[in-house]
Order: sequence, then structure tokens, then C-alpha cells
Amino acid sequence: MSEKKINLKLKIWRQSAPNTVGSFVDYSVSVSPEASFLEMLDELNNNLEKNNQDPIVFESDCREGICGTCGLVINGEPHGPLPKIATCQLHMRNFKDGQTIWVEPFRAKAFPVIKDLAVDRSAFDKVIQAGGYISVNTGGVPDANSIPISKDIASEAFDSAACIGCGACVAACKNGSAMLFVGAKVTQFSLLPQGQPERQSRVEAMVAKMDELGFGSCSNTYACEAECPKGISVKNIAKLNREYRLAKIKSKNVEA
Amino acid sequence: MGNINSTSKDFKLDSKVPEGPIETKWTNHKFNLKLVNPSNKRKYDIIVVGTGLAGASAAATLGELGYNVKAFSFHDSPRRAHSIAAQGGINASKNYQNDGDSTFRLFYDTVKGGDFRSREANVYRLAEVSGNIIDQCVGQGVPFAREYGGLLDNRSFGGAQVSRTFYARGQTGQQLLLGAYSALSRQINSGKVQMLNRREMLDLVVVDGAARGIVVRNLLTGAIEKYSAHAVVLATGGYANVFFLSTNAMNSNTTAIWRAHKKGAFFANPCYTQIHPTCLPLHGDSQSKLTLMSESIRNDGRVWVPKKKGDNRAPNQIPEDERDYYLERKYPSYGNLAPRDISSRSAKEVCDEGRGVNGGEAVYLDCSDAIKRLGKKAIEERYGNLFDMYQNITGENPYEVPMKIYPAPHYIMGGLWVDYNLMSTVPGLFVLGEANFSDHGANRLGASALMQGLADGYFVIPYTIGDYLATRKFASVSTEQDEFKKSEKEIKDFVGKLLSIKGKTTVDEIHKKLGKLLWNKVGMARNEKGLKEVIGEIKALREEFWKDVNVVGKSDDLNQTLERAGRVADYLELSELMAVDALDRNESCGCHFREEYQTEEGEAKRDDEHYRYVAAWEFEDVGKWNLHKEELEFEFLHLAQRSYK
Repeated sequence: MSEKKINLKLKIWRQSAPNTVGSFVDYSVSVSPEASFLEMLDELNNNLEKNNQDPIVFESDCREGICGTCGLVINGEPHGPLPKIATCQLHMRNFKDGQTIWVEPFRAKAFPVIKDLAVDRSAFDKVIQAGGYISVNTGGVPDANSIPISKDIASEAFDSAACIGCGACVAACKNGSAMLFVGAKVTQFSLLPQGQPERQSRVEAMVAKMDELGFGSCSNTYACEAECPKGISVKNIAKLNREYRLAKIKSKNVEA
Repeated sequence: MGNINSTSKDFKLDSKVPEGPIETKWTNHKFNLKLVNPSNKRKYDIIVVGTGLAGASAAATLGELGYNVKAFSFHDSPRRAHSIAAQGGINASKNYQNDGDSTFRLFYDTVKGGDFRSREANVYRLAEVSGNIIDQCVGQGVPFAREYGGLLDNRSFGGAQVSRTFYARGQTGQQLLLGAYSALSRQINSGKVQMLNRREMLDLVVVDGAARGIVVRNLLTGAIEKYSAHAVVLATGGYANVFFLSTNAMNSNTTAIWRAHKKGAFFANPCYTQIHPTCLPLHGDSQSKLTLMSESIRNDGRVWVPKKKGDNRAPNQIPEDERDYYLERKYPSYGNLAPRDISSRSAKEVCDEGRGVNGGEAVYLDCSDAIKRLGKKAIEERYGNLFDMYQNITGENPYEVPMKIYPAPHYIMGGLWVDYNLMSTVPGLFVLGEANFSDHGANRLGASALMQGLADGYFVIPYTIGDYLATRKFASVSTEQDEFKKSEKEIKDFVGKLLSIKGKTTVDEIHKKLGKLLWNKVGMARNEKGLKEVIGEIKALREEFWKDVNVVGKSDDLNQTLERAGRVADYLELSELMAVDALDRNESCGCHFREEYQTEEGEAKRDDEHYRYVAAWEFEDVGKWNLHKEELEFEFLHLAQRSYK
């Protein structure tokens, strides 16, 4: 346990409601380098509450980098300066004494701000509801070992399935595109034998919903991959494009 | 209280365990359960609260069957539920490894692991359906680990001598939850499930003695909303956060089940709390939660401390013969895979002796032998994400320096009492997953929580709820009737009171104090004196809370302080019951270690003659409960002193 503390200046986005004008507010904190970034905010909030001031709204839950609830833009980068971690896994030892830190919500057309640093990412759920599943009811499935799947394919499917749905890819993209998120889900199911029957209809439905909800098109800058806490590869976007074209060629939804 | 049962002192708990041999109980029971005709199912409304493994699987399956389901979550999305953080795996008695597993063995291991304090019939059913769960998940596209031949891979977990744990790297909970979430999403798309996110259940509404609805707070607007149904299913997880520091997610809480308890649902074995042996030690006062390192690492990691007290050398400087691999020494046949309660207690013992890392509260979990034997790559493949997580948090490289770990509150075996049909003492109120008490006795084995959550949701509740609906006459119920309005008013008053106190202490400050009290006196070791003291201390802290808490902000807004305040108010009542229950149980069993009751070797000493019961507490008033006992019969297994030596 370290007694040493570092002093930081924070510029934090405060916005009282969705359709109000927000602004950066200055705070100063003194914090243990062993604390996490969110624990630093907890401490700040506790002090605000002691002074009868409204604490800063930010969301988090598991604080282990897996639930996808947290997500802040720290000094311009979703989930902060380190690669392959979520905001909750960022620790204060990565900042220097006296440093100024800018903290903002994820910003994208499809993710409106709710309050302060919390945004509405329900658009992701809607994309999944449009077709991000294999249509099997409970019961009546064959024995788990009846269809062998090669270790490599299972592993590749897992790499795509590891997405935590945090939305950093959207926040990182200058077009606010959800191609990495959608690509990861489409890829996971298109690799597995269980995903084959709905392979075409799935990609068509998910892409249509993604477009409808205001996500932009791919900017080809790979910013999504760079900021993804799980390191989901942009190959998933290439795969999505391929799946989408193949589906469209064979599609029954032909416009006259 | 609206519950017809709770007024009767002679009320006898009926577990509804079916007659007959254990192998056929569930099959026969399913046949005897009444069915709801497919075209009638759409006439029934079911509320499911919570969308973790148990809730999401239940909501999806009930929607598939044709019921009208409303699913509630306090998260922004059902996919955030804390089941997602489970790392290691899920048990199933598939015997794919040909190493002697069977339904009966999984049943036996689970009952024994729970130190003979669970209900035989429930556990057997759990083992029986475990294989179906794996089939279901594979069908949904869950990418479990596989071997080169394309078949599913398994690993070992604590308390078992067979390899029956299915896994998806160190993210099994995530993959299973995303499977259930995808099934749920499909039903939302079909319109059979209405998903209500960002709503926290604050009351259960009981009409004519049966559960007929809930009242929730819309967390975005602060509006109090009322919903009615024919049955209510709670799948709201556990309350390890009562300790403030635990491995649970920040928002996990007891409120839904506690409010249901106050409406007549008996609370069973509240003192059975699992302290997980392998968590990261504390870093300081600002710590907000503790992080788990999957028990699966104990497959390849060896737990040790220096033999000598005061040996503060760096771990790599301590020679082999000056290390005490205390689990291997004390439990040669299970070694590092001894069950969680035993491993945790052993870690506390060596640290209490002053032999912890640098004399503090930590022991080493050392994978260096496995790295030498199998190579870094193999270890990276098995635990890569966990090792990365460790390095992120501590700044140390676990491939080079042994990890430091210490036990932390992790899971709750106690919960609302349910019968074999998973129904509580309030008719029409069903409780699934960690929120109920039923399957893990006094200690849960690793990789069994995921199994239970999905068993309850996919394969038990869809049958048993049908029988309840088919055998009952329902009067129509409106959310404008008195019971709902009364509940709404009580909640508004409660919220108003919290906001009006305007004291000097923050919610977190009181919660941290409560956590320390519990950790010291209702934690890994308990005794009569400490328990009696802590009951008084909890009452005093509860008074302090209601006099001096400062809840800033408004009720009609997104107000996270208010959310936490309501949860802490409930913890301040629940924690007293945990201590009362621990004091009642004058024996040691599983996680419940009463210092007065131990064998000469320091192991838990059960008293089967006097305490072979489930303690089910009926709420009378805050700080006042009546104890009801469900005697546990062991017809098929022989009650034995648990040995892992």
C-alpha cells in the first residue's frame, strides 16, 4: 500500500440532461497511483457529496473489463491511453503528477448523452435483436459433441465473440460506425456450423438495422480496432463486407 | 403483510420433493405437473426480474413457450448482468473425458462440496440437466474450447477428481450470458418478451396472498412504475456487496429479494456466504471492489507462503525447501484443488500466523512450475486474459513473479427459500439462480453457479411455472387497485425520506463501515461473542444511517447516489439477519466456520443431530424474525465428515 499520492487537474464534461448544453468543469484531485481511474472518480464524487454538490454521473459495473458498461473518452481516446483495456482497468500509475486529464462521454450520433458521462447505447441491443442470434428454442438440440468443430475455427469464433458491447469502436470512429461491433457478431456465427441456416438473413437484417439507427459507414481508419478493449480485429469488418455482398447476391429481397 | 402463510406459527415448510428413487423423481414430477395448453399460454403474463444467466434464460424460454413476458433489468442492457464476469467454466456430467463421471458423481460431489446442507432432490436434478445445458449453449453458437479433433475440451475445478468443466478461455460466463442474451433478444424481436431496461424493482405486490406484480423505479426519470402479472420470477443474483468489498459488480444488490422477503418470502441460510480463495489483495482505502482470479488457475498454480514468519525476501529468492505449499501438505489428494471454503480458511490461517506475503494478508499463487513444464505459450492460451488482468491491476508480470492472492466475498449460497418447484413461500413468486438458496448448501463448488443459473432458467422454471398457472384461478388485477397504490406510496415515502435527511455522512462511508463489521465478525471465522457484538453494532449503524446520511440530488432524475442509498438501507437490515443466522447455527459447516466448533485438525465440525436443517427466516419487523426449519433428509447419500485429505 503506497502512501504516495499524485495530484491531477481534471476537466470533466457535465451535462444535466439529454437536450441541454454541456461544458467542461475543472476539478483537482489527489489520488493513490494504485487506485483505478474509476476509483479516482468515486473519491471525487464522495467529496462532492460531502459538499452537497451533485456527483458526476458515470456508468460502470463489473470493473473487470468484461461487462462493457463503463466507457469514457480520456484525453481524446475511448477507454484512455492504454491499448486493450476498458476504462475500469486503467490505473492512476499511468498518469504523471501534475497532469491535466480531459474526461468526456462516448460521442456518436447513435449514442445520445443521458447525463454527464453516461450515454444511451441501446442501439446496440436493437441491432442484435434484428438478427444477432441462432434461432433455436430451448430443448431439442443435438448432443454438444455431435458436430465437431475444429479447434482453430472455435478459437477464431471466440476471438469475434469476445466483444463486450462497450461502444468504444463507435466512439473512436469519425463516422460513428458500428461495423466492428456488427462484424464481430456476424463473423462469429458465420464461422460456426450452427450459424449456417440463417447466415444470409442474419447479415442482411443486422446491417439494415445498423443503417436505420444512424450508425455511419466504415471510415477505413482502423481507429475502432486501436481502441477496442478486447482487440477485436478489423478483419471482422472485411468479413462483414464479404458476408453482406454474398448475401445480397443471393438475396430474396430484390427491389424491382 | 399480505402473505397468508406468515401469520401461522405452525406453518410447516413443504419442500414438495416428489416421492420415489432419486433417478426418477424429476421425470415423474414433470409428468405429474399440470400443463398449460399452447393456445392458453398467451393469456398469462409473467414478470422476470434480472437478466443474468437465470433471468435471461428463463425469460427467453418462457417467451418461446408462448407466455407474455416482461423482463426487467436495472442495467442499460440485459447483456451487462454480472453473470458475464464468471471466468472459469461450467460443470456438466457428460463424461466426455471417460474419467468416471456420471450424474450421480456430480450430484455426490455437489452435496459433499456443500457440506451436506443442501436438498438432495434439487441437487440431483441439477446434475441431471447439466448435460442439456451444454447442448443448448453449443446450439446457440457458444464457442467453447475444443480439442484438435473438434470435440469439446474440459478442465478440472476444485472439489472434484474428474474433468467436467466446460470453458471458453477465461470468459465462460460472458459467452454463456451472450448465448442467453441472444435467445432473449430473439424473443424481444418476436414481441413475446418486452424488455424494460434501467428499472430497479423496489417492491413485490401481493394480492390475496399471491405475487401479482412489482413496483419499480425508472432509473432515468425517477418515475415509480407499477406492473401486474400472474406470476413473478426473481433472478436478481446475490448480495456479496453487503461486505462493500467483494468480487461482485458495483450494482449487484439485495434489494429485490429483500423487499420480497419483507412481503412474506422466507429467507434461507443468509449466513452462507462464499469467500473465494483467489482474489487480488487490497491496494488501499480508495478500493471500490475486489477482483477475482479464476479458480481454474489452481489447475496449474501452486499456493504457498514462506515457512518462516518474517521472511520478507522476494518470492524468487525463497528456496524451494523454505516454502510451505500448505494446501498440498494438508490435503494431499486434492492439493491446490481443495474446495473454496477450505482453501480460503487455510489462507487466513497462515496469514494469521504471520506467514503471509511480507507479513500481510496475501499468499502466493505460483504458476512457475507449470510454465517450466508446459511452456509459456500453453499457460497463455489457458489463462492469458487473467494474467493480463492481473498485470493491469497490480503492475506486476505474473509470468515472472508469482501472483499475490487473498480471499474475498464472492457468492451467496443463501437466498430466498424455494421448494422443489422453485417457488418461494409467497405463492406465485419464483426465485432462480443465486437469488435462491437451493442447490449449493453451505459451500458452492467452482463452475457450479453457471450450471445452476441456466438449469433453473432453461430447464426447471418452464415446467414448474406452468403447473402453478394451470392449477390456480386468477382474479383480474389492476395496477390501480389498493395493493399497488399502497406499495407505490410506501416507495415514494421511502425515497422522500432518504433525500430529506441531509446529514453529514455519505452512503459509501456507511457502507464501508458495515463491510468492515461483517468482514471481521461474520466473515471467514465467526464466534458467539463477535456475533452478539456485531448485531448491536449493525443496529447502531442503521440508526446512524437514518439520522445522518446525506443523499444529494433529486428523486425525479437519474440519481446514482439515491440508488446506492436504497440498497445500503436494505443491507443494513439484511446484515443483521446474517449475524442472527450465524449465531443460531451452533456448528461449523462449509463456509460457516464457528471457531467454537472445529475438529482437532481445525476443520469444520458439523452437528448433524441438531443442525441438519435449512434455516428459513420469516420477517416480522425490522430486526425481528421467526425461524422455520426444513429438516434435510439424506436418503441416497451417507452423511459423512467431509474429507479432502
